Amino acid sequence: MDEIEGTLRRFIAEKILFSGNGYPHPDETSFLETGVVDSMSVMELVLFAEQTYGIQTSDREITPSNFDSVKSLAEFIRRKQASG
Amino acid sequence: MTSRPRLVHEFLEQSADRLPAKVALVCDDRRLSYQDLDDAANRLAQALVDQGVGRGDRVVLYLTNSVELVVGIFAVLKAGAVFVVLNPTAKHDKVDYIARNCQAAALMTGAAHLELLRGLLSSLPSLRVGILTQATEPQPAGAGIWRYEDLLARYPNHRPQRDIIDRDLACLIYTSGSTGDPKGVMSDHSNVVFAVESITSYLHNVEDDVVIDVLPLSFDYGLYQLLMTFSFGGRLVLERGFAYPSQILERMEAERVTGFPGVPTLYSVLLEMDLSGFNLASLRYLSNTAAALPPAHIRRLTAKFPGVQVFSMYGLTETKRTLYLPVDQLEKRPDSVGIAIPGTEVWLEDERGNRLGSGEVGELVVRGRHVMRGYWGDEAATQRRYHPGPLPGELVCHTGDLFRKDEEGYFYFVGRTDDIIKSRGEKVSPKEVEDVIYRLEGVREAAVIGVPDPVLGEAIQAFVVPNEKGLTPDEVLRHCRSHLEDYMVPRRVEIRSELPKTGSGKIKKSGLR
Repeated sequence: MDEIEGTLRRFIAEKILFSGNGYPHPDETSFLETGVVDSMSVMELVLFAEQTYGIQTSDREITPSNFDSVKSLAEFIRRKQASG
Repeated sequence: MTSRPRLVHEFLEQSADRLPAKVALVCDDRRLSYQDLDDAANRLAQALVDQGVGRGDRVVLYLTNSVELVVGIFAVLKAGAVFVVLNPTAKHDKVDYIARNCQAAALMTGAAHLELLRGLLSSLPSLRVGILTQATEPQPAGAGIWRYEDLLARYPNHRPQRDIIDRDLACLIYTSGSTGDPKGVMSDHSNVVFAVESITSYLHNVEDDVVIDVLPLSFDYGLYQLLMTFSFGGRLVLERGFAYPSQILERMEAERVTGFPGVPTLYSVLLEMDLSGFNLASLRYLSNTAAALPPAHIRRLTAKFPGVQVFSMYGLTETKRTLYLPVDQLEKRPDSVGIAIPGTEVWLEDERGNRLGSGEVGELVVRGRHVMRGYWGDEAATQRRYHPGPLPGELVCHTGDLFRKDEEGYFYFVGRTDDIIKSRGEKVSPKEVEDVIYRLEGVREAAVIGVPDPVLGEAIQAFVVPNEKGLTPDEVLRHCRSHLEDYMVPRRVEIRSELPKTGSGKIKKSGLR
């Protein structure tokens, strides 16, 4: 059931943090607060979510409440899939 | 009657005397008046003085854009000391380098960096005071370490008496140099006050201006938004970045922002967005610096923001701002970055120091009171950049940037004389990135260049030759990510079996482009 979370954790670890040891924070941790992502990597996350889960995001949806943690992003993706 | 400010913190003090209740700063859903900020800065300044921080001492502020950082900047100045703001994404080895380089007397940072602070306090003799923000532990975290909130509660809110003058240093701004080591550009109070007056005069800033600042205060362009806004009694909306553009636009609408300072990367993002749902009628001007906007982007910006003035500008930390294009010239010469800022002069020189006329390409030389005082502790680098000027004892700045001038005296950027990369509007020294890559085991050779990128201006690309052990691009990126600020991390890493060489065996970067 936490499949999306797992995929997001792997993507962030491998493609944003380039970490060999996985994503080091809990799902609730804010990306910006911990410096995990910056403005460029938010755009990478948006692209990844769109391409992997076939969702469309509008500019207005790219907000901290949808994109600032593994948990919030996974929930956003599930909501979009359910409404799509 | 108040005289014109001579010292940088008088921007805050005079506005607090004149407009005590006005909201000066909006940040993280907090709204602080000039009086609130002046009080807080006075308290923190009293604490610094009481802890022995005095005239000319360096205080490192390693903090993200926040109320505490703003209070910290003015508190350091009020204590007679010199502030040094470090990018919050700087890694600990760089903070360590800069704290030692400037022989910091105090360091203020977030609780997440407690271990770094402890390590520095025990190993750097000049460092006597550590201040922690957002500390949740009620107890002191160690000898010499204070909680920001405790200091504010403990010290009085009156302004400390200090006897500094405008030739004393106000700040060091660390910038990438071609040798790889970051260098601290020394600004005295008169440099900053002059630059602020000059820039706000051509932007026609008024007290009703509301400026939104999404740039880090470690970057001089971000820092000056704060100093400028407080100089004219305006309001600053301080953000942590531009990661969520629609949130920034909503904020601009809600706060009725009149001024938006950006860099080409931010404008590329804005140009791709649908802005029809945002009411940005309050917006009066956009400004761009760090790298020139392509004329096509300027045309699209003016179409997307009708009636909004677009200021194309150029500068380098060593003189703050240097050139600006008057708004009425934008349509006629969109590829120009204009003329010298008010009260200063510029000219072009060839390699032998001869002044050049229109149409010729030469190095831009800058004269005026915004020419900073050189690099902290680096006399040789200072002499390369700052040369004797027309009057005895005067220094002019040799920018290292090549320009040409048209018949009517407007300047056009042509290129750099060194290999510094401008990515996301920030200067990146290829040498600094290469030095980091060379520290990774398994690297035999490394070369870093900038390649044109529609969003970043230039993207950083690294070429790496591994030794027998072998390496993957991800291993190199992971290493860079843990040792460099975000904006310095290469976007692409290419593994090669060899790199092109010159006759003398040096890596030939032109062969990589």
